[in-house]
Amino acid sequence: MTALGKLFRTTTFKLTLVYLTVFAMFAAFLLGYFALNTRRLIDEQITDTVNAEITGLSEQYSQGGIRRLVIAVDARARRPGSSLYLVTTFTGEALAGNVTALQPGIIDKPGWAQTVYRRLDESEVREHVEHQALVRVFQLPGGFRLLVGRDLDERERLYHIVLAAGRWSIAIVIVLGLAGGLFVTRRVLRRVDAMTETTRTIMGGDLGGRLPVAGTGDELDRLAENLNVMLERIEALMRGLKEVSDNIAHDLKTPLTRLRNRCEQALRTSSSETEYRAALEATIGESDNLIATFNALLMIARAESGQARGDMKEFDAAEIAHDVCELYEPLAEEKGIALKVEADTAAPVNGNRELVSQALANLVDNAIKYAEPVDKAVNGVAPEIVVRALSEGDHILLTVADSGPGIPESDRARAVERFVRLEQSRSQPGSGLGLSLASAVARLHGGELTLEDNHPGLKSIIALPRGGPLQNAG
Amino acid sequence: MRLLIIEDDRDAADYLVKAFREVGHVADAAHDGEDGLAMALDGQYDVLIVDRMLPKRDGLSLIGTLRGKGIETPALILSALGQVDDRVKGLRAGGDDYLPKPYAFSELLARIEVLARRRGARHEETVLHVGDLVLDRLSHEVRRGNEEISLQPREFRLLEYLMQHAGQVVTRTMLLESVWDYHFDPQTNVIDVHISRLRSKIDKGFSQPLLHTIRGAGYMIRDGAR
Repeated sequence: MTALGKLFRTTTFKLTLVYLTVFAMFAAFLLGYFALNTRRLIDEQITDTVNAEITGLSEQYSQGGIRRLVIAVDARARRPGSSLYLVTTFTGEALAGNVTALQPGIIDKPGWAQTVYRRLDESEVREHVEHQALVRVFQLPGGFRLLVGRDLDERERLYHIVLAAGRWSIAIVIVLGLAGGLFVTRRVLRRVDAMTETTRTIMGGDLGGRLPVAGTGDELDRLAENLNVMLERIEALMRGLKEVSDNIAHDLKTPLTRLRNRCEQALRTSSSETEYRAALEATIGESDNLIATFNALLMIARAESGQARGDMKEFDAAEIAHDVCELYEPLAEEKGIALKVEADTAAPVNGNRELVSQALANLVDNAIKYAEPVDKAVNGVAPEIVVRALSEGDHILLTVADSGPGIPESDRARAVERFVRLEQSRSQPGSGLGLSLASAVARLHGGELTLEDNHPGLKSIIALPRGGPLQNAG
Repeated sequence: MRLLIIEDDRDAADYLVKAFREVGHVADAAHDGEDGLAMALDGQYDVLIVDRMLPKRDGLSLIGTLRGKGIETPALILSALGQVDDRVKGLRAGGDDYLPKPYAFSELLARIEVLARRRGARHEETVLHVGDLVLDRLSHEVRRGNEEISLQPREFRLLEYLMQHAGQVVTRTMLLESVWDYHFDPQTNVIDVHISRLRSKIDKGFSQPLLHTIRGAGYMIRDGAR
């Protein structure tokens, strides 16, 4: 596409053309209106003057007869100017005046008429110069006719001046409009071109690029700002995706390597069927762990991407706290841990029940896993885990407080971060992604997971935005 | 039991056919949706195992077509898509159970056997018997011999589910899904602890244990005397 073709194709240029047409039409209308009115005004003026002269001359006639009229007309006719006079007999023979070569028959009809004429003092050589005049023929008593008129040259000239002015102004409007339009279009085009250029580099893989903002606060700037925010979000998502794939690679490659080593070792060293069987069983166990890790990773990715927003429903967080504790209560009891629930009667949350249950289950699971064995517990008191579902302000807090070893303060923030696994957790069974999942679930619901010191122990808090009033389950 | 396995991965299908034959079932395999549909239309099978993503016709549409023609053979959907909403979609399309890949064969077998016997009358019975263990679903009473056993509500539902499927292997996942309505794996095997607690209530002090652990698969309640 040529630069000019590109220019003509822009919206700004088309808009300019539309405005140009509208303005040109407006100017034409205005001037036309002006011209017509001027013409009418001049006509009125002529009519008034002619009427006054006829009145004056017919008075002269009634006072002094035809002789006096002829003298008066002669006197007036000699004055330079655009006034025209003619006095004729009833046969049309001129007695006095300054015009001739009237359109035939004009003098026979009393009243107003427009006619061509020639002044008597004009030479006949310039015959084709035709003059137009507006005349009134007046029938005098006694058969004489009086014609008084005005040359229309003045009117026509004015009319032509206005017409010329109209043509010029339209031409100027068009030229200026086109020039202005081109200027504005080129300016806009330059900015859009700059944006297009940036978009190209971004599409080329440089996600760090941002659209230029001119700082004028106009609509292009607003667009650029919004697009920049969008790019920011895309970049964050891409970074997240990269992080996820890196972590998946790490979390899955390590156990896969372990799996492979175990198989190799079994092939190398096993001699009896029992040994092979044991190796195979260990392999299956290892692959089950892998699947669990994979599922957890998928679940986190799903929560992170916001896909699970589709199945948001209102549920009671207190009920979830009771359910999860009921699920874990036998396990806790087996380990000599007291598992307690403290829940408000209604803690409504809008969300994905399954995911929130899983997040809370992970926290309880962790608390039980890391609880100190009974014999090591402080003062011989049985370790205790308290699960709470309380509403606080416009949030519902699901907390799991244990009296275990806790997490050192320096590690707490990191532990909640996506996919960060503290070194000590890698030696524990399970996918080790429990906190990551709980955190992802909290974020999915517009809340967050925080870890606090429970003096001693760890207090994990999932804060979720409070849902609407619980509807009675029908 | 006659099984039809509709799975486009030939290795996986062959493995399943062999594995089912080893445990005494008759199994055929189809490798695409159209073949699978043609074979399933016979209605000669007890259970269909349908992969969700199949060439020519996908698993959900296959099941939908069968149901449209009035063939109600129970179908289990196998799928790499294991999220809750995928499961819901699968069940809504007419599937009777949903198992995400990868799965353990023992899990698949247990679910297939439950599906095959689903149309049995056990679900309708109000009183379930296994040996001298009796569970009354209306009065919520459980007795073993003459002894009344008191159970927590969840323990009652756990026992109820096991007794509904007496003589069949029930996996941990099946229990978690049916009794707790959770579709995720708790990191620690909490089900085992629930089972051992239930076991101590119904089997402790009796010479004949009823609740058995099936190694590598799950649990089964059965009358050992038979």
